[in-house]
Amino acid sequence: MESGLTAGFERLLATDQRIEPRDWMPEAYRATLIRQIAQHAHSEIIGMQPEGNWIGRAPSLRRKAILIAKVQDEAGHGLYLYSACETLGVQRADLLDLLHSGQQKYSSIFNYPTLSWADIGAIGWLVDGAAITNQVALCHCSYGPYARAMVRICKEESFHQRQGFDLLSTLAHGTPAQRAMAQDAVDRWWWPSLMMFGPPDDASPHSAQSMAWRIKRHSNDELRQKFVDIVVPQAAAAGLTLPDPELRWNEERGHYDIGAIDWAEFWHVVNGAGPCNRQRMERRTRAHEEGRWVREAAVAHAAKHGERSGAGQASRAGAAA
Amino acid sequence: MITQPAISGYALQLGDDALVMAQRLAEWVSRAPELEEDVALANIALDLLGQARALLSYAGEVEGRGRTEDDLAYFRDEREFSNLQITELGCRDFGEAIARLLAFSGYQFELYQRLQHSRDEILAAVAAKAVKEVAYHRDHATQWTLRLGDGTEESHRRMQAGLVRVWPYTDEMFRADPAGQALAADGRAVDAVDLRPAWADYVTGVLREATLTWPETAAAPGGGRQGRHTEQLGHLLAEMQYLARCHPGARW
Amino acid sequence: MSRDWPLWEVFVRSRRGLSHIHAGSVHAPDAQMALRNARDLYTRRQEGVSIWVVPSAAVTASSPDEKDPFFAPAADKAYRHPTFYDIPSEVQHL
Repeated sequence: MESGLTAGFERLLATDQRIEPRDWMPEAYRATLIRQIAQHAHSEIIGMQPEGNWIGRAPSLRRKAILIAKVQDEAGHGLYLYSACETLGVQRADLLDLLHSGQQKYSSIFNYPTLSWADIGAIGWLVDGAAITNQVALCHCSYGPYARAMVRICKEESFHQRQGFDLLSTLAHGTPAQRAMAQDAVDRWWWPSLMMFGPPDDASPHSAQSMAWRIKRHSNDELRQKFVDIVVPQAAAAGLTLPDPELRWNEERGHYDIGAIDWAEFWHVVNGAGPCNRQRMERRTRAHEEGRWVREAAVAHAAKHGERSGAGQASRAGAAA
Repeated sequence: MITQPAISGYALQLGDDALVMAQRLAEWVSRAPELEEDVALANIALDLLGQARALLSYAGEVEGRGRTEDDLAYFRDEREFSNLQITELGCRDFGEAIARLLAFSGYQFELYQRLQHSRDEILAAVAAKAVKEVAYHRDHATQWTLRLGDGTEESHRRMQAGLVRVWPYTDEMFRADPAGQALAADGRAVDAVDLRPAWADYVTGVLREATLTWPETAAAPGGGRQGRHTEQLGHLLAEMQYLARCHPGARW
Repeated sequence: MSRDWPLWEVFVRSRRGLSHIHAGSVHAPDAQMALRNARDLYTRRQEGVSIWVVPSAAVTASSPDEKDPFFAPAADKAYRHPTFYDIPSEVQHL
């Protein structure tokens, strides 16, 4: 029987149609998606911390407003993604448990600290830029709810990237101290941003399967190259240099060549030894623990006031059956 | 006689309230009890920041010394800030934060509802937009007050404790202020004294439904409108202002 | 008692003349908070927007391709899999 179901599933993929929540799907497809979507959601949530770090100290009211809006959007994106993930039959509370216990991860870029105001610009420009490169591709992924969440997210994200570039550009054209601040931030965020795309595909054993399932539409290296080609001219426009002596235009390839990425650092940070890993998790788990009494109060209140989810409404649905 | 300084000073009071409150609420980002609450509180902070910018810009314009919203926000000292003390409290407990939001947004709602009829076009316009926002803020605080007050034993206790810590600072919101009263008599501002009955009415109703008790606390001495603040404001401003002050004249 | 706030499906009508469209889901302890959370998340508090929230458990669903005998012929839940699904341990790195 499963061969018929598999054939149906494969046919949907082959004709580039969407797999929806009620469709049959291989267990491995579903497990892969749960992990990928959940980790994407966790990244948005954890990402609120390095950026939120500078809300209180934003040096103008306009920048403060832009930053609060950005961080708020990130919380929202996390919620859209948890929402998409739950259509696969998991509960958000369980996903958060997996995050808190370290069994699910978040994008390692957020294990780096925001040491100056310019870091906020670098994150908007480079980190969000890298994320967008990845996310545009995901708008065409095979799983419907994930693809739709990505469309909604992409609409909101390009604004943030532009704001980040504008912030950095303003600094780069400002006082000597501001210029130095901007360049220092770029020097620290450039390589980690390139690492966001993941290791080269020959070191990524699961890439092939993800491509076959149309969860992954392009290789890590393809997306990384796309990002580099877009960003290098932008850096020049902002009057900033990139910390790679081997960076140069390759006329033959029609792309920029970059130097060697330090993958040892990448694995080091992914495996917990980055500057902020512990701090990010502590802040996250502390918010969760300290908020327990509040969440429980809301549940208790709902129970007291007869608001069981479905209690009132069920009778109307039942009448229609 | 209605002077420019009077109007400027009034706008600055309301703007400082909103600015300091926005700064406090933004501290909850990535610390809220649930992700939906991170979104809600950030939303409220953003609304208040918008009110602050409009009011501070206007204050600077009317003042006529060329001070922008940023000049006023980042380059005034503690003694020049005219916000109510209730806004500067660092409410670390969620119950306390909700108690403060209930009290302050309730005050802002009564204020803006009347201020939208001001003879001053700008103040009227700011108030007309703000009243819709603070109606939502007050509703948010109300929903939480009900759920925490009438939730679990622990939430009831913590919500009540939060109210007790915040309540001494509520009296200041309704104190007579001669400059404000002159403007109010001229139809441009709202006399804060007039707001107390409606505010108390609303809050009493919410606390009763939430099974909470109106705290019998002595009023704190106050003085925020005259630039006499709690020790907390200094630290808040130190964090908020330091980067701008490190690079005076820089563009951001 | 569920340790999580229950899940609600959100439908949004962005203007008069249109119909409500499924926007996604929110967690909330009750209907009133669900409406407010939905308003914050899916409309960013635009005015003139109408929102419906429905407990996910109350939604009854069917699918176009249901010839699978393993499905009960009667309508089923919106999400095919039971919510006590066991999340498998690591399948792949992101």
